[in-house]
Amino acid sequence: MRDQHKGLPLGAGVGFKPQHFNEITLDPGPVDWLEIHAENYMGAGGRPIAQLEALADRFAISVHGVGLSIGGTAALDPAHLARLKHLVGWLKPAQFSEHLAWSTHGAEFLNDLLPLPYTDATLARVCDHINLVQDTLGLKMLLENPSNYLAFADSTWPEQDFLAEIARRTGCGLLLDVNNVFVSAVNMGTSADEYIRAFPLAEVGEIHVGGHEEDSDEHGAPLLIDSHGKAVIDPVWRLTAQTLERAGPKPILVEWDNNVPDWATLRAEAGRAAQLLHWQPA
Amino acid sequence: MTPFQSSFRAALLDPAAPVPDGLIGPAQAPAGKRFDVYRNNVVFSLTMALRAAFPLVFRLLGAEKFDLMAQEFLRVYPPASPLMMDYGAQMPQFLAGFSALTHVGYLADCAGLDIAMRASYHAPNAGPPPLTASALALAEIGQAQLGLAPSARMLRSVWPIFDIWRFNFEQDAPKPQARAQDVLIIRPAYDPVPIALPVGAFDWITALQNGADFETAHDLALAQEPQFNLATALAAIVPHPALVMV
Repeated sequence: MRDQHKGLPLGAGVGFKPQHFNEITLDPGPVDWLEIHAENYMGAGGRPIAQLEALADRFAISVHGVGLSIGGTAALDPAHLARLKHLVGWLKPAQFSEHLAWSTHGAEFLNDLLPLPYTDATLARVCDHINLVQDTLGLKMLLENPSNYLAFADSTWPEQDFLAEIARRTGCGLLLDVNNVFVSAVNMGTSADEYIRAFPLAEVGEIHVGGHEEDSDEHGAPLLIDSHGKAVIDPVWRLTAQTLERAGPKPILVEWDNNVPDWATLRAEAGRAAQLLHWQPA
Repeated sequence: MTPFQSSFRAALLDPAAPVPDGLIGPAQAPAGKRFDVYRNNVVFSLTMALRAAFPLVFRLLGAEKFDLMAQEFLRVYPPASPLMMDYGAQMPQFLAGFSALTHVGYLADCAGLDIAMRASYHAPNAGPPPLTASALALAEIGQAQLGLAPSARMLRSVWPIFDIWRFNFEQDAPKPQARAQDVLIIRPAYDPVPIALPVGAFDWITALQNGADFETAHDLALAQEPQFNLATALAAIVPHPALVMV
């Protein structure tokens, strides 16, 4: 059994897809660790749990939640927190992360990462939620920056400052999704480089990269969609390299959730992430 | 405390609703079409979840009709929890009342088969010990109680749902003929498999599940189905990991 307590290795990881199970086991290549979506492993048993048990023997596992609705205005769902506690309890993963977003409204789960205004009121609410998650799970979690397609007119905090303040108040770490930074900057006409420079990089425990689609809005302005459905583009790799120069080496995850490619293609993407890390000065 | 979320949600699943106030794009312009990204994401992700959850219904309807149906379904029944593995429980009743498809009477029961297959897939690995010959002998003399394995499921239909499943997923399977069918779903390792039950076996297993002993279950099954034959039922069921000692 691999000791998950050491945290994520400073290497490349990929989002685990069940169709890659055999090949990952036989031929992991540069892949040092795996990320799973928490909600897919909350069943009682069957193949998903058996595969996860086998993978956790060999790889460090990062559990990435997509259902807590930490950015929501309502209290966190105690039933879902309990499911998460059960999963984290038996798996004892190297890392747990969630999103600065909401997805639950009333009794409905909307299955997308929806945006929130950055105000003093939402800041206090998000911090309450993160305190509850960290107390319930007994760990330090990471919070991920979103992909923005629009903004709220009544936001009073820049996103980087909002995230830095959350980390300061709750002691949580941050997950920096460099593709999300790129997508948001293009969509909102801001600078990705300035975002990274203003980001509290010392709090970053993990980096995500992924592919996106290109579209445009009704004014002809570019509108990038964070689809996780294709290869990472070169400008995002460059931004990642610049981030590593500033932040030092961090575990990097390649996300590819739609149009999932064969293992060789995903392994090659992970190889690009590993190369960036190994190019870091000692 | 909830206004931004309520107005966002109201417009999210209603393409005709105006974009909520207070949302902006670059240079403070109204968000406009940008809001549609969230609308599309929600509809796309839930449609994909339903495709994965209902492989037989998807096969029967084809992608285009299935997606149109799914987009009606997800607006009436958005998920009640973040567990997509549980999504779609209302699909049989929805299909039974879906006006565009009421002429396809067997769809609702096929959705029920998809749900039962998925429940079996996620069922616990460990359970009571499987049925051995000696355990069966003990049960026959009333010394042991039988029940369904945790990963097994049963369905009863007035339609030939096993034949429909087989025709859609197995090569060279015969074309379904009109008849009622009972189905038992078993999970030998990790992949659920449906098998057709002989007449009355559904009633026999149901009686066992309800706590009847071996002989009483036999009597109850015969009362429901005079053609029930225990030897035929045992021959169909016992080779599979379907029954356990409880």
